[in-house]
Amino acid sequence: MSEPLIAGLVVFVLASFVGFEVINKVPPTLHTPLMSGANAVSGIAIVGAMLVAGTGNLSVTTILGLIAVVLAMVNVVGGFLVTDRMLQMFKK
Amino acid sequence: MAGFEMGFDLNWAALVPPIEKLTYLVAASLFIVGLKFLGSPATARKGNAIASVGMALAIAVTLLDFHVVSYGQILVAIAVGSAIGAIAAKQVGMTEMPQMVGLLNGLGGAASALVAVAEFWRLSTNGSGDVPTNIVVTAILGVLIGGVTLTGSLMAFAKLQGLVPGAPITFPLQQPVNVTLLLGFLVGGGYLLLHPSDLQIFLDISAISLILGVLFVLPIGGADTPVVISLLNSFSGLAASAAGFVLGNDMLIIAGALVGASGLILTEIMCKAMNRSLANVLFGAFGGGGGATANAAAASGAAVQKTYRSIDAEEGAMMLGYARSVVIVPGYGMAVAQAQHAVRELADRLAENGVEVKYAIHPVAGRMPGHMNVLLAEANVPYSQLYDMDDINPEFERADVALIIGANDVVNPDARDNANSPIYGMPILEVDRAKHAIVIKRSMSPGFAGIDNELFYKGNTMMLFGSAKEVVSSLVASVKELAAV
Repeated sequence: MSEPLIAGLVVFVLASFVGFEVINKVPPTLHTPLMSGANAVSGIAIVGAMLVAGTGNLSVTTILGLIAVVLAMVNVVGGFLVTDRMLQMFKK
Repeated sequence: MAGFEMGFDLNWAALVPPIEKLTYLVAASLFIVGLKFLGSPATARKGNAIASVGMALAIAVTLLDFHVVSYGQILVAIAVGSAIGAIAAKQVGMTEMPQMVGLLNGLGGAASALVAVAEFWRLSTNGSGDVPTNIVVTAILGVLIGGVTLTGSLMAFAKLQGLVPGAPITFPLQQPVNVTLLLGFLVGGGYLLLHPSDLQIFLDISAISLILGVLFVLPIGGADTPVVISLLNSFSGLAASAAGFVLGNDMLIIAGALVGASGLILTEIMCKAMNRSLANVLFGAFGGGGGATANAAAASGAAVQKTYRSIDAEEGAMMLGYARSVVIVPGYGMAVAQAQHAVRELADRLAENGVEVKYAIHPVAGRMPGHMNVLLAEANVPYSQLYDMDDINPEFERADVALIIGANDVVNPDARDNANSPIYGMPILEVDRAKHAIVIKRSMSPGFAGIDNELFYKGNTMMLFGSAKEVVSSLVASVKELAAV
């Protein structure tokens, strides 16, 4: 196994533990908003999409990347806005 | 002078990677704080905002990356995606939230899978030799998880939206087909490890993963679909992580792992609320009477003609108006009929008459944990009137009337009493312990899970047939008349 793969695995495992710990006790009321908010965070694929879309001239890779940018962005913007709409209602 | 300028250029170029990495670190921290805040009612909205700031930072700093040279197209793509996302988020109704989350989730999975495909495509066609093994492995994983997330989420969306029947769909030779596809995927993946530049094989196994996603969700019953969406939410995180491994990008790995872990926890919580194991949800083909016990139960139910009592709105209003305490049990049927505002009005009228009104919220009321709370909050129901299952169950004995509006499986006493019932062991709201139960329902047809409900045939249960909104509205009118007398 190569060095970057190991480094990535270390980061992955530690971040997973953080994820488990951070979301330990959540009242049922917040499960749907939490799922929706976490879903928006998974739109982080946008960063990867930008990196492959921005590699230069129009090619299959950059076109796939651009499609991925659009899809991930819908996920990000839609996800955060929808979560906010749900949470707004608890304020009243 | 020239030397100074060159030095300045070099410094700037050398500065960008650390700035980018540090900003990613800040963004990752904001995600962690945001998710933590999302877990508590007082801070949840702030948490969502914090996470979105983290996302904005991550996107902005990625534009600085020296690999990114074609800003124009990317900015257009970002604008298009943002506009679609914003419009969709504004238009969607609160009742459709679960399928909206499912749909968005599918898009995220698709993006991660596309990243893996795009990068593999670039490396396998740029003529610089074979694709490195670690990239082959992670790209295969990314395309598998991302592909399953995409088509699985679309399938779950279609089930919740009613485009596809909610009942589990099975066909002959389903298991052999699944196994064959999975084997095909593994063989293709193994072949790629030996011949890392074979683009065609890579595309073939990508297609297989898309089919696997459909077949994975097809046999899962409608009532379990939220659990699947939650699991697929976890998958979409893992897919992003896999894309991060392909690109060697820590930001993706961290955020993906956070979502992967949180989605898994939430899935477990939801399974626990239904007293089922995840394996049972995924492979049980539950709810369609598929199992031998369910068939037997259905057969015996058909043999004995069971009787029930039905009342009209006026009689119902009298029972409610003269009760001392009423517990309202809202279900998804209420939400679909958009009756939550009428229900709140009914509760207000009853309270004016001196009736004590409480709402009993089953952990999986609605289509997802917490979904019902959102719907009631939308109708301005005071938070203090909402009671969790564990808090309200001891209260039913003292309640004069339990008013069940569009809920079915979560109040089925068979889950407690009948070991042969497919939902045996699922915690329920014990409405049958109240002095009377009034069930508002369209007809005697079974609920989402397709199981008959023993509650309807009990002596102290009255059926009030009709659409939730109309029935509750006429209850409100009748209760008003009572007060006027």
